[in-house]
Amino acid sequence: MEPTLAGAKRLLPRRLALGAAALSLLAASVFSQSVLADAANTTGLAVTDTEVLVGQLHSATGTMAISETGSIQAERLAIDQINASGGILGRQIKVVQEDGASDWPTFAEKAKKLLVGDKVAAVFGCWTSASRKAVLPVFEKENGLLYYPTFYEGLEQSKNVIYTGQEATQQILASLDWIAQNKGAKTFYLIGSDYIWPRTSMKIARKHIENVLHGTVVGEDYYPLGNTQFGSLINKVKLKKPDVVFAAVVGGSNVAFYKQMKAAGVTSAKQNLLTLSVTEDELLGIGGENMAGFYASMKYFQSLDNPNNKAFVEAFKAKYGKDSVIGDVTQAAYLGPWLWKAAVEKAGSFDIDKVVAASPGIELKTAPEGYVKIHDNHHLWSKSRIGEVLPNGQFKVLYESELIEPNPFPKGYQ
Amino acid sequence: MEWLSEFGAIAAMQGFNGLSVFCVLLLMALGLAIIFGQMGVINMAHGEFLTIGAYTTYLLSSLTLDYFPALQPYYFFFAIALSFVVAGAVGWLVEWAMISRLYNRPLDTLLATWGLSLFMQQGFRSIFGAREVSATPPEWLMGSFSLSDAIDIPRNGVFTMALTVLMTGAVFVLLYRSRWGLQVRATVQNRMMSRAVGINTRKVDRMTFALGCGIAGVAGAAFTTIGSTGPTAGSLYIVDTFLVVVFGGAQSLFGTIASAFAIAQTQSVSEFFMSGSMAKVLTLSAVILILMLRPQGLFTSKVRK
Amino acid sequence: MNALDKLLGGRQGTLGLALLALLILVVFPLSLDALRLGMIGKYLTYAFVAVGLVLCWGYGGILSLGQGVFFGLGGYCMAMFLKLEASDPQSTAIQSTPGIPDFMDWNQITELPALWIPFQSFGFTLLAVIAVPALLAVVIGLAMFKRRVGDVYFSIVTQAIALILTVLIVGQQGLTGGVNGITDLKTLLGWDIRDDSAKLVLYFINAALLLGCIVIGKFILASKLGRLLMAMRDKEERVRFSGYDVASFKIFVYSVAAVFSAIGGAMFTLQVGFMSPSFVGIVPSIEMVIFAAVGGRMSLLGAVYGALLVNYGKTYFSESFPELWLYLMGGLFIVVVMYFPNGLAGFWDSHVRPWLRRLARRRAPLANIPAPAPAATQSEPAKTLEVQP
Repeated sequence: MEPTLAGAKRLLPRRLALGAAALSLLAASVFSQSVLADAANTTGLAVTDTEVLVGQLHSATGTMAISETGSIQAERLAIDQINASGGILGRQIKVVQEDGASDWPTFAEKAKKLLVGDKVAAVFGCWTSASRKAVLPVFEKENGLLYYPTFYEGLEQSKNVIYTGQEATQQILASLDWIAQNKGAKTFYLIGSDYIWPRTSMKIARKHIENVLHGTVVGEDYYPLGNTQFGSLINKVKLKKPDVVFAAVVGGSNVAFYKQMKAAGVTSAKQNLLTLSVTEDELLGIGGENMAGFYASMKYFQSLDNPNNKAFVEAFKAKYGKDSVIGDVTQAAYLGPWLWKAAVEKAGSFDIDKVVAASPGIELKTAPEGYVKIHDNHHLWSKSRIGEVLPNGQFKVLYESELIEPNPFPKGYQ
Repeated sequence: MEWLSEFGAIAAMQGFNGLSVFCVLLLMALGLAIIFGQMGVINMAHGEFLTIGAYTTYLLSSLTLDYFPALQPYYFFFAIALSFVVAGAVGWLVEWAMISRLYNRPLDTLLATWGLSLFMQQGFRSIFGAREVSATPPEWLMGSFSLSDAIDIPRNGVFTMALTVLMTGAVFVLLYRSRWGLQVRATVQNRMMSRAVGINTRKVDRMTFALGCGIAGVAGAAFTTIGSTGPTAGSLYIVDTFLVVVFGGAQSLFGTIASAFAIAQTQSVSEFFMSGSMAKVLTLSAVILILMLRPQGLFTSKVRK
Repeated sequence: MNALDKLLGGRQGTLGLALLALLILVVFPLSLDALRLGMIGKYLTYAFVAVGLVLCWGYGGILSLGQGVFFGLGGYCMAMFLKLEASDPQSTAIQSTPGIPDFMDWNQITELPALWIPFQSFGFTLLAVIAVPALLAVVIGLAMFKRRVGDVYFSIVTQAIALILTVLIVGQQGLTGGVNGITDLKTLLGWDIRDDSAKLVLYFINAALLLGCIVIGKFILASKLGRLLMAMRDKEERVRFSGYDVASFKIFVYSVAAVFSAIGGAMFTLQVGFMSPSFVGIVPSIEMVIFAAVGGRMSLLGAVYGALLVNYGKTYFSESFPELWLYLMGGLFIVVVMYFPNGLAGFWDSHVRPWLRRLARRRAPLANIPAPAPAATQSEPAKTLEVQP
């Protein structure tokens, strides 16, 4: 090297020589950088020495935008906080946001774009089961990593997905036990919107009611998504007089259902109702006064009283306005980036296989919901909680279970 | 004997439920019956005019709560009137800008108004946000009249019924007892001839369309007490509404009433015996089947084809 | 060559078709990466529906707002076959009943329902993709057209049928997979359809089928039937009084449109890898009408461009300006319907082509250049679109 450089010095004007030296320095630094990145990234992901690319895949438009906005915001908040505290393995997280537009093939396309085109190290996204089912084959084929925030029906377990919401048994069993014990409930009326999550949830609930609680299911009804007339159903409830109405109605139907319940005089003074599908988000549309006194089963409520949650709620409101509300799924979405960070740091690598291998056993003691831990089956250990609806649109937490083991394929409930 | 009285109570409430579904359907269909039946315009954005009414009520409700809490019990009447005016005014504009250019292309109005409905939905989303909102109805509208231990009659149901009767009556009087109604009917029967005898058919069209939209707005205001208010809330109703009008025989107001009644009762009764989804399939299939047997609807008017 | 020209709608028609073939068979595959090409492939499956709509709406005057029903039926038939192939006993060993599709197992179904059994055969599936929608279209057509149900009524009834089928599919989830649809399809007769190479092959099959459908459409329009259809659309009574059985023609063209849609649906399933009720309902059905309207309701080739353009716009704008997208889409429909009732094809004929001709004429004395070849339209019928009084 030495003679050539010396020769160059002699032959070339001074300025050019300086430039050449700078260039070679630059080349050397680029080279060393890529070596550094390679240590934590052996599979060609979009990771540099200073940055790591992740994807965010939700519906920003279309009918699901209402529900998914909270998740988008929470994931952004977590990523900003991680970046502010130094990033992951010394790298700042950069987000590529894609819009699934409430359309399932679009979700699948965008998932492929994120994994194949952008080579993101992780994706935070999806909300409905249908969108998850649409992207699942893509994630499995291209070996991506998805953090999925919604509570859902279970019956699924993928190497390439971490489920940060509750699966059905976690949400249902403890809450049924609670209401049977505290309200002496023996008879149940099951009501849901007509799709897979309510149907699967009600199936599990029925088995538990009949086999474990030795109660009876006096009625079970499903209404099409978007249905707004619940008069007949309410009359059936009045006729059967169940101890508990167990409800999983979603979307616009939710609002119509509770308004008509109130109008028909079926209020908490006369009727116990336990729902799986009303969070603070939904209460905005229903109006707290329309279902005051009813119960919801979730793993998280905005009103949870612990330091983690106080900090989270404060940060969320500081970023998105003081009127914003935080529902169960929003909190679960917030966990995604943090769980990923913990797994990457444990693995010392961004490689999907290594992160996946490192994930089981990851604990998060700073979770707003308290404490979570990733199970071998990629779901979270979490608590089940019962909240009572207050007229102001918040919940009063009445009960908190022990940590419940996730069990996406529950034996005896299928 | 106890189950018998209980059965009676449920039958009564179920009957009331059928009536209240009937009123909801009729209130929705009334505006459409005027626009589609009298003008032959297929307004796919009808649901969005409903939403305009709902949002107007929501706005008024929050304004009252914030600034004039004392007026809270009464704001709802004002909200209904305002919904009528706002939705009617928007309808007037839409007729002027769009519909009036498409009168002899009925299938094209269908497509253009569908575009309009997309446009309006996004408009609601931009203005009010994607989340559903909740208007706070006055206290006297919520809850129920308890006639006996088992019989509760929802107040908002009674209110919707009264409103429906009032609106239907008003439309009847307007169409069949007023000079304007005479002009509308004349225009429907023979546009050229009406023009020849000095009726300003353009003005008649515009007023008819605005009236139909205004009624949709009133329906929207009433629905804030029983349904959701969101950008796409109106689209939930559109197919049902069209079926009511078509099933009744488009040009007959009486047909619309009868068909709303038949559909509501079928829906309500079958819901009682089977799951809501299957009840819906059954009702819609029955309607289509009857339409195939009687393509002009239940009540055909004497208008020439 | 003359006969062929006539079939394809004269020299212009042949040229237009050749240009379209060049675009989708050569230009797209060479210039786009696998991801974008896959999206084009998906758009082209919608073009099947739009082509069918040109036949039955543009020429026949029958506006069906429920073409998603046929698209869905075709897609579901194909999906059932693929799902059965993906559910062999080994890969479903963890289920309580191995060997049946996973969603059935979740719904406590313990043996394959009778409806599904024939779909174990590929031959039957192919037949069903064509026959099921055709049969349904004939039944609907018989009921509606024989009784002389008016245009508008027909549109609303087809819309209701789309709603019924959606609710039915969602409600019978043990049989249909419910709202999630039939997902996780892997292989076709052992051939992995998820590979990029497989997707490329499927793209070409799709494109070839689409061109085939267009040729069939042109053949129908060039025949006496085509002229009768237009006559019916404009003066139905007169055709009826001339002794023609109007209803049968309508049923025929409606069924052809249904079969085209179903082929599109089946190809959609193969390329995208799943099928769900969200393609059956009212909204997708109306969107498909819009593709035809934007492309030009009187132009078979225009329909393809319409489908490509609107979908590309949808993807582009929803990526770049998600807020603006619905305004744009809504505005586009209104403008197209109000001011360009013949869509792109009409715009081409009334504006672009005369301009090109003028341009050519001005240059012709100098350079003696022949008039540039017009593409992508069928000129003649476009002018004849007249509104009924």
